[in-house]
Amino acid sequence: MMNLTLKIWRQKNASDKGKMMDYALSDVSPDMSFLEMLDVLNQELIEKGEEPVAFDHDCREGICGTCSLYINGRAHGPETKITACQLHMRSFNDGDTIYIEPWRAKAFPVVKDLIVDRSAFDRIQQAGGFISVNTSGNTQDANAIPIEKEHADKAFDAATCIGCGACVASCKNSSAMLFVGAKVSQFALLPQGQVEATDRVLNMVKQMDEEGFGNCTNTGACEVECPKGISLENIARMNQEYLKASLKG
Amino acid sequence: MALDSKIPKGPLAEKWTNYKNEINLVNPANKRLIDVIIVGTGLAGGSAAATLAELGYNVKAFCFQDSPRRAHSIAAQGGINAAKNYQGDGDSTYRLFYDTVKGGDYRSREANVYRLAEVSTNIIDQCVAQGVPFAREYGGLLDNRSFGGVLVSRTFYAKGQTGQQLLLGAYSAMNRQIGRGKIKMYTRHEMLDVVIVDGKARGIIARNLVTGEIERHSAHAVVLGTGGYGNAFYLSTYAMGSNVTAAWKAHKRGAFFANPCYTQIHPTCIPVSGDHQSKLTLMSESLRNDGRIWVPKHIKDVEAIRNGTLKPTQLSEEDRDYYLERRYPAFGNLVPRDVASRAAKERCDAGYGVNKTGEAVYLDFSAAIERYGKEQAHVKGLDEDDSALVQKLGKEVIANKYGNLFQMYEKIVDQNPYETPMMIYPAVHYTMGGLWVDYNLMTTVPGLYAIGEANFSDHGANRLGASALMQGLADGYFVLPYTIGDYLAHDIRTGTIPTDSKEFDEAEKNVRNNIAKLINNKGTKSVDYFHKRLGKIMWNKCGMARNAKDLKSAITEIAQLREEFYKDVFVPGEENEYNEELAKAGRVADFLELGELFAKDALEREESAGGHFRDEYQTETGEALRRPEYQYVSAWEYKGQPSEAVHHKEALDYENIEVKERSYK
Ligand SMILES: Cc1cc2nc3c(=O)[nH]c(=O)nc-3n(C[C@H](O)[C@H](O)[C@H](O)COP(=O)(O)OP(=O)(O)OC[C@H]3O[C@@H](n4cnc5c(N)ncnc54)[C@H](O)[C@@H]3O)c2cc1C
Ligand code: SF4
Ligand code: FES
Repeated sequence: MMNLTLKIWRQKNASDKGKMMDYALSDVSPDMSFLEMLDVLNQELIEKGEEPVAFDHDCREGICGTCSLYINGRAHGPETKITACQLHMRSFNDGDTIYIEPWRAKAFPVVKDLIVDRSAFDRIQQAGGFISVNTSGNTQDANAIPIEKEHADKAFDAATCIGCGACVASCKNSSAMLFVGAKVSQFALLPQGQVEATDRVLNMVKQMDEEGFGNCTNTGACEVECPKGISLENIARMNQEYLKASLKG
Repeated sequence: MALDSKIPKGPLAEKWTNYKNEINLVNPANKRLIDVIIVGTGLAGGSAAATLAELGYNVKAFCFQDSPRRAHSIAAQGGINAAKNYQGDGDSTYRLFYDTVKGGDYRSREANVYRLAEVSTNIIDQCVAQGVPFAREYGGLLDNRSFGGVLVSRTFYAKGQTGQQLLLGAYSAMNRQIGRGKIKMYTRHEMLDVVIVDGKARGIIARNLVTGEIERHSAHAVVLGTGGYGNAFYLSTYAMGSNVTAAWKAHKRGAFFANPCYTQIHPTCIPVSGDHQSKLTLMSESLRNDGRIWVPKHIKDVEAIRNGTLKPTQLSEEDRDYYLERRYPAFGNLVPRDVASRAAKERCDAGYGVNKTGEAVYLDFSAAIERYGKEQAHVKGLDEDDSALVQKLGKEVIANKYGNLFQMYEKIVDQNPYETPMMIYPAVHYTMGGLWVDYNLMTTVPGLYAIGEANFSDHGANRLGASALMQGLADGYFVLPYTIGDYLAHDIRTGTIPTDSKEFDEAEKNVRNNIAKLINNKGTKSVDYFHKRLGKIMWNKCGMARNAKDLKSAITEIAQLREEFYKDVFVPGEENEYNEELAKAGRVADFLELGELFAKDALEREESAGGHFRDEYQTETGEALRRPEYQYVSAWEYKGQPSEAVHHKEALDYENIEVKERSYK
């Protein structure tokens, strides 16, 4: 069992200034997940009649991309290739002080405490992250176009992005290039995606810039912190696509 | 009120085609005059919203997460069925239909299931056209795997992230329509009531979860794609926010609730580790393609394993009991979920559980690693007797197939499943019960539809693996868009539904009162305290095996717990702000009502069928004993209290399938 000091960002709402607050938590089991540790803290706060810490979460198994904690200065905490909900307390030691903050980025304003607004990501997807095909029931047979396994696998790897925003939170410029690069790449690698390739990349990048995400200066911090291992290759591929599209358009 | 399932006449294989040719259509210009509300953006709601918007309707879509892409469907792992017969192993529409009806233990509607099997192939075509990156073979064509309860390979997949990829497909189709202004998306909104005007569903009351504002939204029809209610058990494989609230509010407004006791307890989940546990994690059924399930044959070995003096890998083949292979030689490790779960419980109840709590069995990949490793060595012309090489190659194949699941397991349990067998135990995973719907997917309230896991329609008493994704997308892409048109054709002249009517006033007042009651209660116990207690009652008395005595006591205990909840629950914070505890309190309040109806339904059903197993009704060998008298759907009508719910029956007729003992031996 561990005793911990938690320093947690508390902010009542978007217009509140917010500050770090200290909490002591004892009897934390190493088998608990990080979010279960916060559950325990919240139960204690509720029992004392205080307001629990608001944090985003849903699936608690690393796939929905909802959880978004900046733990000890790292997106999703000290381990690599996992989300905050997959982090377990066995990664910490008795007596540790743990800093817990929300994602910090101009394009992700704080909603409350540790919760941020990531709707900018949705708007980027709405600008072009799709293939324009209606639901007719008579599209061509799924096996009509064979796709080289290597391309299919790479498209899949890009498509596993969970839209969590850790890449943005980890980047000193708050750039969203890894996220956007992943979506552009998924479609760029598939024959179905070719028809709209030019407009897609131009529109998505334009929306990304309008949302206030910063520029990419190739520091690679995003790749290191991405829980799904989305690779920098995707940014390179997007840059090529963008160049191609700009020359055309 | 008599239940009318509205199943079209005619031969089974022609019903849907003929029906589509006969129903009313709305012309494109008129669709612009019609509003549809869709609550839920999972596979069912997301696909419905995109398709209805493409057709020209004005869609308003709602979800409680911060983005439609985060609906619980995202977590589905293993795959989606379709009768493509790409493997040439004898699959067909009829076979998928047959397997699904049999898998459901003859408690689903033939016509619905046949239609599902029929449109299954369109789903795969549609998803591939959208850019969903399904797994492929080296030749570039789509790959398949097998799931439980069938003898063909018809499951399409994207590693262990099939739900994610399908949902992102539906989400991208939605995004296209949001961009065009045809879908208005309301995220972080929770629906808290349905508004009925002149007997028809005409809108909803929703709470903006960020500001706490109570909003009125009107439409010509309301569709619920709000998922399942397994979180009544507190611990389950569902996402934390999954709830019954939308469906339950609809029930209270007149929608019958069908077969609430049909719950799927999935055999392969990571066992409970302690009291702090907030959710359980599924290890996909696809793992049973390659994993073998066993416990030690002898109690002395069980004890040695529990106290750490023996490792499972040290136990010889003769000392292991591969109990599924022993009991069900034909299907082996791929028996349906209800059968596999009960078999695990049987072994653990007999004392053979392999972890500290005695509630775990092994899922072992060593044989598969060896087999694949040898195969790869052979293909590559390498030495098949080099065991280190074989291990390495075999592990690569396994990693390629299930990598993310193995990683998930290791993160949670802190053991490496490539080296030592996984430990698994059954957990609540899916609810076959839900809002009663007719062939059109309409509930007993005109204009109120239920799709996906929220309805009861296609899986009978047990759902086969990889068929929930199929059903959600079938409902949303290919069924509802037709059937809802038939209803909306009467609304082309209605005009916008006003929200200043007395019906909206009344519904909003009802919602505000409920919220005030919770906030002002100022009791001493947290919402979770009650939710956990409800979960314990459900698991112990309405879980994998049920009996009349336990069910009766569950009914009383849940009713008492509900009373206690309203006396003593404490909800901190205010109503006009982001307040997670308030949202949770509302959901638990509804689970506390549903739980009682659940137990009542289980008590009424004096037979064992699929996931509903009554101790009193089993065969000599311990298999589920179905009873012909119970060949019906139970549909419950709300009358103020769960205890007063009125029971209606929809008889199930099997004209195309012979109802037989469901044997997997
Ligand atoms: C871990 C796991 C793995 C699975 N794997 C598979 C698999 O491999 N194959 C398979 O076929 N099935 C699988 N299933 C089952 C399948 O994923 C689900 O049954 C299916 O995705 C449900 O989809 P749905 O669209 O009906 O609901 P959901 O995806 O649950 O979506 C519900 C939606 O409703 C919204 N909502 C709910 N209540 C409200 C409210 N009151 N107000 C506003 N919005 C609300 C939510 O925000 C969400 O958008 C799996 C399930 C789990 C838990
Ligand atoms: S690229 Fe990685 S870090 Fe960025 S949103 Fe996607 S999964 Fe999260
Ligand atoms: S809660 Fe879903 S990824 Fe963490």
